[in-house]
Formats: sequence, structure tokens, C-alpha cells
Amino acid sequence: MNYYFPDKKGHFGEFGGKFVPETVMPALHELEEAYLEAKKDKNGFQAELELYLRDYAGRPTPLYFAERLTHDLKGAKVYLKREDLAHTGAHKINNTLGQVLLATKMGKTRIIAETGAGQHGVATATAAAVLGLPCQVYMGDEDIRRQRLNVSRMKLLGAEVIPVSSGSCTLKEAINEAMRDWVTNIRSTYYVLGSVVGPHPYPMMVRDFQSVIGKETKHQILAKEKKLPGYLLACVGGGSNSLGLFYPFLEEEVELIGIEAGGLGLSTPRHGATLAKGSIGVLHGSKSYLLQDRNGQIRSTHSVAPGLDYPGVGPEHSYLKKSGRVKYYTVTDSDALEAFRWLSQIEGIIPALESAHAIAYLKRLAPGLNRDEIVIVNLSGRGDKDLEEVSKK
Amino acid sequence: MSRLEARFKKLKYEGKKAFIPFITAGDPNLDLTKSLVLELEKRGADAIELGVPFSDPIADGPVIQRSSQRALKEGISLLKILELVRELRQKTEIPLILMGYYNPIFKFGEAEFVKRCSQAGLDGLIVADLPPEEANDLKKEADKNGLDLIFLLTPVSSEERIKLVSASSTGFIYCVSYTGITGDERKGEQDLKELISKIRGLTSKPIGIGFGISSASSAQKAASLADAVIVGSAIVKRIEKYGDSKNLLSEVGTFAERLARATSFD
Ligand SMILES: Cc1ncc(COP(=O)(O)O)c(C=O)c1O
Repeated sequence: MNYYFPDKKGHFGEFGGKFVPETVMPALHELEEAYLEAKKDKNGFQAELELYLRDYAGRPTPLYFAERLTHDLKGAKVYLKREDLAHTGAHKINNTLGQVLLATKMGKTRIIAETGAGQHGVATATAAAVLGLPCQVYMGDEDIRRQRLNVSRMKLLGAEVIPVSSGSCTLKEAINEAMRDWVTNIRSTYYVLGSVVGPHPYPMMVRDFQSVIGKETKHQILAKEKKLPGYLLACVGGGSNSLGLFYPFLEEEVELIGIEAGGLGLSTPRHGATLAKGSIGVLHGSKSYLLQDRNGQIRSTHSVAPGLDYPGVGPEHSYLKKSGRVKYYTVTDSDALEAFRWLSQIEGIIPALESAHAIAYLKRLAPGLNRDEIVIVNLSGRGDKDLEEVSKK
Repeated sequence: MSRLEARFKKLKYEGKKAFIPFITAGDPNLDLTKSLVLELEKRGADAIELGVPFSDPIADGPVIQRSSQRALKEGISLLKILELVRELRQKTEIPLILMGYYNPIFKFGEAEFVKRCSQAGLDGLIVADLPPEEANDLKKEADKNGLDLIFLLTPVSSEERIKLVSASSTGFIYCVSYTGITGDERKGEQDLKELISKIRGLTSKPIGIGFGISSASSAQKAASLADAVIVGSAIVKRIEKYGDSKNLLSEVGTFAERLARATSFD
């Protein structure tokens, strides 16, 4: 591989780094050491994690040839990577099993997490339950309202859900509160960040844990088609499902496309299109593109998909955008809602609203491609959590 | 010699410790911030920390979070704060330090920002989410312009970090009195003796203690260990309470005076 990011200090070119209060610096150092140790520990940590991923989380997830959808779009051949079929219904479990297992190795006695859509919260609560650690999850009031099902699931799993009522009451504020908790309980507590965001080593570590998606996809498509796909598509909130899919393909001749939340449209301030409309800044511990005003205050965002409702993005995505290796586009709320219904009806798969953004872009992309082209879409999660909210639209 | 350095020298000579109150610039508004600074000086403050409000203050507890929100509603920006510093400099020589988060400074442009700070008559900067590792550019500019860049240490800092911060910090070294966010009175005082004696073994730079100091007795205790005592949330809480009242200056002033006394006579 010629792609060696991040560097030792956690930078992806000009992005990334560790912009945190001093209290957190030793904890990041401890985490990085423990993670690098675990990564090398093939017979211990890695074997244990593999077992959990297989027998507990149900990996590998299928790569499904969507025949009716392909037929309907009259263009490229479409495969769906079925992360919705992983235990708890989204890709988030790949990361949380890895991190909570690491927490047990580090001797931490308490788990905290933030959540937007609730999928990361559920996945963290699940991993904490199976590995026997107490868990508290910070969640914005607005997200508690629109993802009630996941709130109930977390509670049933034994986690405590702590409501956050500042700012726009969504993911950004939940991360603020989780970080404050971490600073306060730094000795005992492990903070499970849910995406490829935050200070080093989180963006690297979460990417590595999620890369299982891309590794499986590569094997699966080679077995089925004897060639690599022309395109990979995934939605981008913080950027973990997309980077997990893309990472093993970064040095292949494959077009990589990330889809951000267009909300009510890019001509309005109500969207979550960080890479499309943002400028470089520092939030939640790393330098990356950000939605901010001219004074460097962070803007509030909007997306119908809570998991995409975030003014930042992982630093590696900022690097990949700037280098041109990955292309990023946006899809509005209404196009995502239409894709949500369309996929349900044409394939019998109800996607998460986040994933529906990638499906909506597929509808734009696939018809213009040759029939021997292959497109793989990461179906990052299932949509049960969104039914109540969608039925109101 | 910088104003901060000179002040610490003078206090040392007199056998006194510095009392450094923190208030958020623009809470309740910039005019009152100006009056509060002058009042605090009159009541015995040796330097003032002016908080720069940020939308996502992850190192701050509820009191300073709310204060930042009030200031942001007032439309406070770095430019306006620099203007305030310039105006204050015409009336007082008290050392003025800005404390905030990195993004507004980064967005402003570090070189331009530091240049304007020193033109306005500012003395130091504390950036809560900027450890020395990420501060190379800002440090270069600060050194060039004679602005102190103050870094922090905490009870969990390793030997290596104590070395790094002691070497990088100028003006003074800020010891956070517990692992946590600002204004957590429940945390009480953790034992800082060990941290402080380690720092003293490495440098003769002054040491300040802050976070959670809310009373004359806790101020006195901190003063017995360090060279400066920093009080934020406890003062900001009173600004919140008396923000609309004509007694704002006298209420905050009286409280500050108590803390200043406790700090000076240890
Ligand atoms: C199903 C699903 N997809 C995507 C996302 C977005 O996160 P990321 O960009 O990290 O994959 C979320 C986040 O909550 C999610 O729940």
C-alpha cells in the first residue's frame, strides 16, 4: 500500500490531529497504545473479535444482487452490501464490539457513548451487555423524540439514556456531553465514539474496525463476478460506513462516492452537507471540514436522517475529498424519503433513512451506466427505527 | 518583560499571590464587561481572563455554557472582543488574557489574530482544546508578537506531559485542579501537591490553579500551593444572577474582593 494515513501524530495530510483538553491527552495516548497492541495480537484480541463478529453479530453480511432494482433502473448491475442484516440492524456493531472488547482489555469499568439515530447507542449498549459493562448513552432531545424505538431498545439492553437539551438537541450536542463526561471520569471510563470522527486514534481505529465491510465486499464480488465493481456508494454522516467500505478499495480502480445529507436543499441553511458546503475548522478533537459561520461558531444542521444530522465529518474524508480520491454528492430529505419507499417496495428491504440517501443517489447514477458495470451500495442499516417518523411525512 | 511576567515578579517581591477572575466577554453585554473588568481590578484582581464564547465549549460546565450562550446571543465575536481590549487598554494596565477554544482563532487566521491581539494590548492566550502538540503555528506567532501562550496541566498528566507543558507554556502554567469540566464544586480539591512539586522541579515559571474554586477558603488553599488562583464559574454565576440588576457591579465586586483577600494573605 502507498496510502499510509494517518501519520504517527494522527494527521491525514492537514486534517485530523488531537485538539482536546489536556485532561484527555494521556487517555488518548493510553488508548492508542492499547489499540496498536490489540491490532497486532492476532491470536488474542483479533481472534476474539472475529468470533464475536461471526457468531454474535452474524458476519459476513451478504452481498445481495438486487435483480428487480437493477431491472427497474435499466443500467448498471446493482449489489447491496447488507449491513442492515448485522445484529442490531446497522454497521455500527462492527465498531462497538471492537471498542468495548478493547475497553475490557484496558481494564475500564464503565462505557459511555453518544448517539444520533440511536443505532450507535443500541450497538454500544449491546456490546456492553454481552461483555458485561455498565453503559450510559447521551442522546439529544430531538433524536429521542424521533428515534423512540431505539431509545426503548437501549433501555431494554440495560443502558441508561441521558437526554441532552442544549443547542439543536441532536448529535453534535450529544458528543459535547459525552466528551464532558469523559473528561470528568477519565480514569475509569471508556468513550465509544460512533464514527470516524474525534481526536486521534478514533478516526483510524473506527475505520479499521469498519473495514471489515470493505474486505468482505471485495471477496464477495470477486467470487460472484470475477472482477471489481466500477462504483461504490455509501452515505456519509461522520463517515464510518462509507470509509469502512471504501478503505480496502482506496488503491483499486474503483470510483468511490459518498452521499451527504442535502436536507431541505443546499440553497437553504437546513442541511448536513459538510463536505459540499463546509470550510476547514476544528470540532470534537480534529481538524476537518465543518459547517460554521464566519466567526468560527458551529452551525446547526438538519437532516431527516438523524445519523447524518451533524456539522462535521471524519478527517480522513476531508483528506479524500481534497485529494479527489472520493467524490461527494448530496441528496435531499424528500429524495431520500422517496428512495426509502421505493427500495421497500421493489426489493422488500426497508432501509434506514441514512442508507436511503445512498439509494436515492443510485437512482441518479445507475441508469446512465452500461449493463456490464457493477455498482455496490452500502445498505448501512435497516429502517424499522424510522417508520414512526416517516409515517408523519 | 510582558505585563504578566512583570505582575508576577512584583507579587513575588511582595510575597503575594495573584487573583485572576474569569468572566465571559459579552455576558451580559460588552459595556458591562468593560465595567466589570475595571471593578474587578479595583477589588484586587491581578489579571483578568476574558472568556471568548464558543458554540461547543466541551471543557465547560453548565454555568459557563449558559454564559457563552448569552454572549453569543449578544453577537459577540473575536473582533468585538479585541475592540473591547483596545478600549480597556486606554484605561488600565492590568494584564488581560483571552480564554477560549481553537476554532474561532483558526477561522480568523492565527497570524492575523495574534498580530491584532498584540496591537490591541492583550497579554496572553489560553486555548482549552489546543495542546502543545497542535500549537506549533500559534506558538510561533505568539512568540514573535510577545504574546504569552498558556498551556494546562492536570492531575492525570504524565511526567512526559509535565515536561512538555512546562517548557512550552509562557506567562504561567495553568494547573487544572481536578479531572473534569469548569465549575464542578462537587469534585473538591484533588491533591495537587505532587503535580506542583514536579513542575517546580522543572521550571521557575509561575503556576496558577483553576477549576472549581468557589469560596474564600478554597481560594486560600490554592494560594498556599501556587502563585495564582483562577476563579471562573463562581463569579459567572453571580453575573448570571445579577445580570439585569443595578447591583451587578457591587455584588460581583464584593464577592471578588473576598476572594482577592483570601488569595493574598496566605
Ligand atoms: C444506519 C446508519 N447509517 C449511517 C449512519 C451515519 O454514520 P456514518 O457516516 O458514520 O456511517 C448512521 C449513524 O447513525 C446510521 O445509523
